[in-house]
Amino acid sequence: MGIEQKTGNMGAVTTTLEQMVNWARTNSMWPMLFGLACCAIEMMAAQAPTYDVSRFGMELMRASPRQSDLMIVAGRVSRKMAPVLRQLYDQMPEPKWVIAMGDCASTSGVFNNYALVQGVDEIVPVDVYISGCPPRPEGLIHGILTLHEKVKREKLSDWK
Amino acid sequence: MSDIREVSTDELKHLVSERALTGETMLLNMGPQHPSTHGVLRLLLELDGETVINCIPDIGFLHTGIEKNMEAKTYIKAEVMTDRADYLNPLGNNLAYSLAVEKLCGIDVPPRAQAIRVILAELTRINSHLVWLGTSVMDLGASSLFLYTMREREIILDIFELVSGARMMTTYIRPGGLWRDVPVEFEDAVRRFLQLMPGRIDEYVSLIEGNELFEERTQGIGVITTEECMQYGLTGPVIRATGLPYDLRKVRPYSGYEQYDFDIPTYPDGDVYGRFFVRIDEMRQSLRIIEQALRKMPLGPVRSNNRYFNPPPRSELGHSMEAVIHHFKYWTEGFHAPKEYVYSAIEGPRGEIGVYLEGDGGPKPHRVHLVTPSFVNLQAMPIMSRNHFVADVVGIIGSIDIILGDCDR
Repeated sequence: MGIEQKTGNMGAVTTTLEQMVNWARTNSMWPMLFGLACCAIEMMAAQAPTYDVSRFGMELMRASPRQSDLMIVAGRVSRKMAPVLRQLYDQMPEPKWVIAMGDCASTSGVFNNYALVQGVDEIVPVDVYISGCPPRPEGLIHGILTLHEKVKREKLSDWK
Repeated sequence: MSDIREVSTDELKHLVSERALTGETMLLNMGPQHPSTHGVLRLLLELDGETVINCIPDIGFLHTGIEKNMEAKTYIKAEVMTDRADYLNPLGNNLAYSLAVEKLCGIDVPPRAQAIRVILAELTRINSHLVWLGTSVMDLGASSLFLYTMREREIILDIFELVSGARMMTTYIRPGGLWRDVPVEFEDAVRRFLQLMPGRIDEYVSLIEGNELFEERTQGIGVITTEECMQYGLTGPVIRATGLPYDLRKVRPYSGYEQYDFDIPTYPDGDVYGRFFVRIDEMRQSLRIIEQALRKMPLGPVRSNNRYFNPPPRSELGHSMEAVIHHFKYWTEGFHAPKEYVYSAIEGPRGEIGVYLEGDGGPKPHRVHLVTPSFVNLQAMPIMSRNHFVADVVGIIGSIDIILGDCDR
């Protein structure tokens, strides 16, 4: 009879603060409603009934960066858009995460030219890269779950 | 990243009136990050109270350099760029570009390929209209329709995936025909869709037609006349909603559209309501065209028999050295096109998609210019939104159906 079983019978669960906060963060992550190009259409498809990203507690896309904690950079980022994107990132409250969805956001994909930022990691720190042009909704969901795994491993000592 | 320069709000100051500079009217920025701008459009609204007195679109937030990139690629490889210009109409853009290359080089297309092209182009039109319907009704406040339209969109994407292996960026329609013949399951998949879809369109209509909120927010909003449309060069559902049955599929048929029997839906008022129902009726007409094309689809090759513009069949590569050389030269160097220029246009879901192509005698185009309907139709934003409320601007943007990737290229 360990302590967990006894407290469990009493209706109490013991855990660490770190684990509990990480669990809460992964299961109610609010992405920002921010579509740029083709990948945004697949992001919409991921929210639609067939793929239904709300299974992972993410159906609530916030239009304001101040209410969101995940930025999905869905599409190509032009040089004109780059300062806007950085400003949006700066407006998001901590803790915040960034997913670079698709080849363009990750490396600028097929467009190696003057107009595009060659990978969004030049302007904001990226947690998860998703390949594909555009990635399938399953690919996006896999990226989101990968991010969840990452968030679950975050340390109390690293919190800002 | 020192070459990234912040866009200043002062850059548009010369376009606003004196009253805004003195503070009598208010300047309001809408976008580039805004849920209802369908991408990254920025509108500078000059407001008198809640009434819009001027609307200045600021575009270029998605400028990708597609035209310049196409000049650096061979005629075959440049096609992948057209998918990404208007990402809701990839097969339509493939078709427009392929028709231009075929016109430049004089390549013939077999009838089976033409019928399949028509089927796929019409499926793409329905696909685009479905995404448009879901999102623009959501802008007006009805979010449930989005869930239904995206459900049917998946069926179309499954058909695209069946033929090309990709959901969105297909590059399936190639100069000289198609990439390959459609698989045997194609006809059944399209037939199932044709059976299902008319009932589903009625379902969408039942959700919005007769809804008082919807009618008040669309009828008499964003009115434009046929003359204004012609002055600005607007095409597609926007001009058809003013009562003019202008459709390139009838006016200047391509890919065998003249064989099919279909109507051009028009509405007389030129408002947001008309543009909604023109597109919904267009989906029904597209189903008619697909049904006829599927019935008439002949057997035969799907690529032109002009071997200069086509790679050798896979079966020859095993035993013919010439075929291997041809294959290598075709995919590395590409084919040479004459030193001429052509313009070819198709009717896309948003309007006239034109491709101007200039060859320089070599394997790469000297100049490619895409005439994109979103760019042209966006010009009507100021006259459509003048003297309406800020809330109506959202509905008007939705009703002209802009795709910023198509607009900024």
